[in-house]
Amino acid sequence: MTDLKCKLLVIGAGPGGYVCAIKAAQLGVDTVIVESQKPGGTCLNVGCIPSKALIHVADEFHKLGAFVNGGALGITAASPEINLSESVRWKDGIVSRLNSGVSGLLKKSGATAIQGTANFLDGKTVVVTTADGDKTISAEHIVIATGSVPVELESLPFSGDVISSTQALALEEVPQTLAVVGGGYIGLEIGIAFAKLGSQVVVIEAADQILPQYDTDLTAPVVKSLAALGIVVMTNARAQGMVQAGLEVQSADGDMKVIKADKVLVTVGRRPCTDGCSLAELSLTMDGAFIKVDDKCQTSMRGVHAIGDVTGEPMLAHRAMAQGELVAEIIAGKNQSWDKVAIPAVCFTDPEIVTVGLSPSEAIVANHEISVGQFPFQANGRAMTTEAEEGFIRVVATKEQGVVLGIQAVGVGVSELSAAFVLALEMGACAEDIAATVHAHPTMSEGFAEACMQITGRALHI
Amino acid sequence: MGTYSIRLPDVGEGVAEAELVEWNVKVGDTVLEDEVLGAVMTDKAAVEIPSSITGKVIWLGGDIGDVIAVGAELIRLEVDGEGNQSDSAGASAGQATPPVAEPAPVAAPVADVKRPVTKKTVPELPKKPPSAVTHGNAQGGKPLAAPSVRKRAKDNGIDLRLITGSGAAGRISHEDIDTWIQQGGPLASSAGRAANTTVTDIKVVGMRRKIAEKMSLSKARIPHITIVEEIDVTNLEELRTELNAAHKDQRAKLTVLPFMMKAIVEAVAEQPQLNATYDDDAGVVHQFGGVHIGIATQTPAGLMVPVVRHCETLSLWQSAEEVGRLAEGSRDGSATRDELTGSTITISSLGPLGAIATTPIINYPEVAIIGINKIAVRPHWDGQQFVPRKMMNISASFDHRVIDGWDAAVMVQKLKTLLEKPAMLFVGD
Repeated sequence: MTDLKCKLLVIGAGPGGYVCAIKAAQLGVDTVIVESQKPGGTCLNVGCIPSKALIHVADEFHKLGAFVNGGALGITAASPEINLSESVRWKDGIVSRLNSGVSGLLKKSGATAIQGTANFLDGKTVVVTTADGDKTISAEHIVIATGSVPVELESLPFSGDVISSTQALALEEVPQTLAVVGGGYIGLEIGIAFAKLGSQVVVIEAADQILPQYDTDLTAPVVKSLAALGIVVMTNARAQGMVQAGLEVQSADGDMKVIKADKVLVTVGRRPCTDGCSLAELSLTMDGAFIKVDDKCQTSMRGVHAIGDVTGEPMLAHRAMAQGELVAEIIAGKNQSWDKVAIPAVCFTDPEIVTVGLSPSEAIVANHEISVGQFPFQANGRAMTTEAEEGFIRVVATKEQGVVLGIQAVGVGVSELSAAFVLALEMGACAEDIAATVHAHPTMSEGFAEACMQITGRALHI
Repeated sequence: MGTYSIRLPDVGEGVAEAELVEWNVKVGDTVLEDEVLGAVMTDKAAVEIPSSITGKVIWLGGDIGDVIAVGAELIRLEVDGEGNQSDSAGASAGQATPPVAEPAPVAAPVADVKRPVTKKTVPELPKKPPSAVTHGNAQGGKPLAAPSVRKRAKDNGIDLRLITGSGAAGRISHEDIDTWIQQGGPLASSAGRAANTTVTDIKVVGMRRKIAEKMSLSKARIPHITIVEEIDVTNLEELRTELNAAHKDQRAKLTVLPFMMKAIVEAVAEQPQLNATYDDDAGVVHQFGGVHIGIATQTPAGLMVPVVRHCETLSLWQSAEEVGRLAEGSRDGSATRDELTGSTITISSLGPLGAIATTPIINYPEVAIIGINKIAVRPHWDGQQFVPRKMMNISASFDHRVIDGWDAAVMVQKLKTLLEKPAMLFVGD
């Protein structure tokens, strides 16, 4: 009845699953990983990587366009043209390089990869439907890493011109008009990219601001940039459905409007993939729509673990990877548990937003007496020389001892500063430590030290 | 009619599998809803599995003793109506098949028409533990320490909350852990609990091997029945004390043993089937006229059973002397082979170590063994009040192949009667 036995079976080869399998195999655990699609999951195939490729194309194109009428830099250029289908092929090339990269890493580590669809028979047995028929695999430990998919609106089902982020990243032509339903980070990243490529973009957001999770100080530079790009933002507005002329939207004042849209991109969130795999067979304890796990990523059933988006927010690739590594170590017999101080989150809008740890209001809710230091890029030499003066770095620390509780930044290219931010939190740094660290000049990172100086005393350059 | 399958439900405590310990139904039985189908045993407890539907049993998912995984098919019923299984699925006995129907979709955060959901699209900060940012500091959070320090503490079983960090805001460094260890911090807690992983191999040879073989033979072949009874030995002890006082220095000191031996002689006179050996290979019970009582004796080499021959001919003092002589002989190795074989019934006594009850192993091929437990003063209800009495239990095992429980009980009651009213021991004399 059992075709294959192993110590660890990982279901899903996204960032969480493949990291878990590689790490476990490296540690000598007999590991099998099952994936129905190409390895790499949402992140690599239809998420992080392709969207960043599209954003890069849009940035380059937009930059050239800015030189058509000359400008302060003294450059004048001819009007650029975009062949999006070529851009998409370039992007696909990167994706497939990474696909084979993941497959190669799995192979090198000694894990067995099987392409097929997994279904639970019970807590220790899974049937995998492959091209060559069904295989029954019994495993001592099973890791559920099935990820998440875009949420579909009942009134706007994905079909034809109503698309999810997956299709938006594979468009062969730049749509003349694009309506984005949902002003969260996915919608704005793609919306901004298409605006830069020449689309007329309208963002429909049900809340009273875009990126509702962030405070308005952080989102203000993005709002300003949206306006500069000609993106229309409708807040407190609700998409109703498609009509002949386009997308019908109820605006804040209750009026019905029809927005002309060649494509309607629906990005209203992601939901965990817990409805496949016959997961219901296991009757695991849930936490809302997510699988409930403890600090060892253990579900309510012994020997069954879950990692990544199926285990809840934040649904981020690097969280899944960290969980995957953790579970692999636990299965290999190491004493491990989740004790991360923070998970960084980056929003690749223009400008970018980085958040690590607690925001000022979250810190206050958590009963901390805080002191906040903020340094604007306007006062940073490097930012001036790259025309990136919008934005700031903000540090939240305890009032008494200056222990850093959170760091936020908005600005061009601040995603790369996330490393310094999260390291500070994970190492338990105080504002004084960062202020006393020599930061290279001229870089935007100087703003990090300056923000900390605001907390310990007084910034030098403001 | 349809086929309805019931799967082993999650029996709690995170168990993934359970052992089937009981079937209350068999194929062909009709069960009602809520009727108990059977029971499974987890490592914690037995759990009864009720039927969720009325129907006729057509297939059982395992035999008693089989380990069934949670979620695996346990039983199949033929029910009125559609059932929850297609017939083809039912054919592959033993193989749990995923249900044809999709499980109910998990409620997805899909918005209704009027309220497009935009929440949770942004990588927001984690709001709940364990991913919540609960940075440690002096304000009662987790201890402030770098990941490498936390890992070292975890690996060495050190609770960082016990260490005062020397860094800013009390951050704990590797040096702080070093200092703490030097000051004996973890020693107090861990040294005393260090795991002892030594294993010493001892060859089972000689006398020990003989004992082992004899014990195995007895336990393997003989279905033991053991009866434990309490005996009020207050009168016996009074008599014994008086006799010992009267014959001080002239005769051997009497223990309880000679009285027990005499009681056994009396008892087997009435029940000769108990003074016997059972040659189970030949299928013959040898009943003996003479009562040769083996006395289980602890020696430096291990357990030996010297034999007091023809106890029916011995007085109390002669028995006592004989027991003393043979025990001595066994211990110093001077006992002859004859003195160590030929018993027809055995007494096992651990004296003051005699516990409340024991389960004596019969001295194969005998059919009975009498274990003597320790004497203790216990409150006894005499009908009006509690009075202190000297109580002693006896634990007697019998070969249930040839001795019925009734006969065993009669023997034990006879011993009780004789020992509680010791005068009865001498009526025949």
